[in-house]
Amino acid sequence: MLYSDIVMEHFANPRNVGELENADGIGEVGNAKCGDIMKMYLKIDNNVITDAKFKTFGCGAAIATSSMATDMVKGKPVSEALKLTNKAVVEALGGLPAQKLHCSVLAEQAIRSALSDYYTRQGIDPLPIVGEVGECAGCS
Amino acid sequence: MKIYADNAATTNITPEILDVMIPCLTENYGNPSSIYTLGMNALRSIEKARAQCAKAIGAKTNEIYFTGCGTEADNWAVKETARRLRRTKGKTGVITTNFEHHAILHTCEALAKEGFEITYLPVDSEGYISAEDVKNALTDSTAIVTIMYANNEIGTILPIAEIGKVCREKGVVFHTDAVQAVGNVPINVVEQNIDMMSVSGHKIHAPKGVGFLYSKNGLTLDRFIHGGAQERGRRAGTENTAGIVALGEAITIACEGITERAAKVAVLRDKLIRELSKIPASRLNGGTSSRLPGNINMSFIGIEGESLLLNLDLTGISASSGSACTSGSLDPSHVLLALGLPHEIAHGSLRLSINEYNTEEEIDYIIETVPRVVAKIRAMSPLWEELTQGKSGWERFAPLLSPKE
Repeated sequence: MLYSDIVMEHFANPRNVGELENADGIGEVGNAKCGDIMKMYLKIDNNVITDAKFKTFGCGAAIATSSMATDMVKGKPVSEALKLTNKAVVEALGGLPAQKLHCSVLAEQAIRSALSDYYTRQGIDPLPIVGEVGECAGCS
Repeated sequence: MKIYADNAATTNITPEILDVMIPCLTENYGNPSSIYTLGMNALRSIEKARAQCAKAIGAKTNEIYFTGCGTEADNWAVKETARRLRRTKGKTGVITTNFEHHAILHTCEALAKEGFEITYLPVDSEGYISAEDVKNALTDSTAIVTIMYANNEIGTILPIAEIGKVCREKGVVFHTDAVQAVGNVPINVVEQNIDMMSVSGHKIHAPKGVGFLYSKNGLTLDRFIHGGAQERGRRAGTENTAGIVALGEAITIACEGITERAAKVAVLRDKLIRELSKIPASRLNGGTSSRLPGNINMSFIGIEGESLLLNLDLTGISASSGSACTSGSLDPSHVLLALGLPHEIAHGSLRLSINEYNTEEEIDYIIETVPRVVAKIRAMSPLWEELTQGKSGWERFAPLLSPKE
């Protein structure tokens, strides 16, 4: 199995590791059985994601996708973050081994889970905006 | 510092072994089946290697069949013996354990598709099984028992002589995958009641791509690879002369002075186990009563094995989490699950496999580095956060962890 240089760089020097004390949205996906848990914290001001942090239990790809996904939504309007796909994360990382693609799905879902929490806190039903937040298909 | 601590995955080719290989590639490159001198020289060196392999395990020269690897020897022994005994005696049972290498487990799964009934004997929480367990599982329809000599992930050594004895009393063929044991444990196939045994070269400083199957005289061994008349008509394919010669030399060296070498390596192993057990919420996987001298397998709760390995690699340490054959798969080690461990512990495993080439200085570097790396990964693990905050029942793991002062 080969990881791209970008994956290894994000793994060795992950961006945005940690927690946000006054997060406006917190999302968590995955479970210990599947071997990956991602927890993401978003700070949102005027519908713009001003900060993003993560904590991840998982493999190299799980850490690299968490790092890349948080980097990609930082500074973006919520509407754009909602469009973040796992495919975009994979492309930004220079590809992922086939058996690790589920990590990118998990990263996408972790962002959506945090956005879902954000809307719930605002008293807005997240379902029509964010949709169902699922876990990765391999973890049922 | 660059430290290789994954000798159960593969080993370096040592200079003395490389020395015996080179002439096979440059001078005696003839096809061993050819009649002229160049061919005969190659054949002679193969037969010398066969005698070396036989001597190292207490077998007769004509009981050794060279193969392309240990996995091939496993496939050959188990599949062809099971198929033959079903054809000739109507036997359909295969007995193994639930913590074998995939070379055996997947072979058994393939046999199950052919209609064989496979019994997977469960190992205990320390990674052992008794001859009594095997005896109780034997039936009149058992064709073959295949049980590994020593486990590749947790290093536990099984009571092979006793298991061989109960099989022999019942007239059942006994095969053992000794890939991890050879060169680490003294083996004598006659004294230890072994009918068939698989060995691999690259675990004992020979190159990859060579192994052998020992099959006791008197036992019919059907062809597995069809083609030419090599290996007395049992295993077709032009011989890997250089690999075979290396294997003969390697097994000779590995089996000489085995006791002193194992004792020396075990001192370093025990130091690693003692020091790494001081890491909070850790445990040693596999028992210590009978364990390979170079095997250390630890779990650190709250972290995932692959990120541990990649981080250790960044510090210069090559190690493994479970078996190299499993890396890249999403599943936690089947060996650790066989011990009854929960996923939270099975995912965070580290296997260090050392040998006589590892120095005390290297061991000290590992002891200094692993706790640092574990702490770094735990700091970013939401699972560790939950566990330390007592959110998801930290207590349930406590009995599984090493006691701390």
